Amino acid sequence: MSDAVELPIAGNSDVVLVRQEVRTRAQGVGLSLVDQTKLVTAASELARNALVYAGGGRARIEVVSNGLRDGLKLTFTDEGPGIPDLELALTDGWTTGGGLGLGLSGSRRLVDEFDLESKPGAGTRVTVIKWAR
Amino acid sequence: MDRVPILKLGDILIVSIQIDLQDQSVLALQEDLADAVVTHGARGVIIDITAVEIVDSFIGRMLATIASISRMLDAETIVVGMRPAVAITLVELGLSLGGVRTALNLEKGVALLDGRGAPAVRR
Repeated sequence: MSDAVELPIAGNSDVVLVRQEVRTRAQGVGLSLVDQTKLVTAASELARNALVYAGGGRARIEVVSNGLRDGLKLTFTDEGPGIPDLELALTDGWTTGGGLGLGLSGSRRLVDEFDLESKPGAGTRVTVIKWAR
Repeated sequence: MDRVPILKLGDILIVSIQIDLQDQSVLALQEDLADAVVTHGARGVIIDITAVEIVDSFIGRMLATIASISRMLDAETIVVGMRPAVAITLVELGLSLGGVRTALNLEKGVALLDGRGAPAVRR
């Protein structure tokens, strides 16, 4: 099982690097092509969120296992302003960043497990897992 | 930053995206295409995404925006070559690209612009 890797998200090119690393590791853990595509797309949304809303952050990529299946777990952490209303932030179409408002809500639909922790002033952490089938 | 080249074939502009797009390249393409449509008097724009492994909400919105801008400039945009996994992911993400015409491949895209394809318009 490969070790966890942590990548900085400080600019647009880092979003591309995160996508590429997630793709490579998703292949390694045996995700199907469609599931790889879904996870890489979710990673792209979440990495861009960290960049746009918090000015940057970190992405941690690790292989996990629940005893039955392997999966890939991604953790996006930032020290930005945080999200005051989590429920609202997960609503389709709601945005403060001028986008489509699909980043968080859409990412949640693309993965198997989704966890969002945020406190105003204390940053945001989004954790997602996609299991190999 | 990599720029995506724009090819001219008669009165059609063809863009084949071969790189892993970063947001700045996407924005540059939008402006370059608008300029090229006017400069060449193009009546059609074909964006080939055969090599594109993911379309997230930013790239998806760019495709829709390019289609709208081209329409304003009297040109029609057709996105061709979308991979099945990309289509599945886009719909699940919540982005169905309404308003953007698609064709399975470049050949069918050109045929559509020449009026030889199916006349159905997606809305």
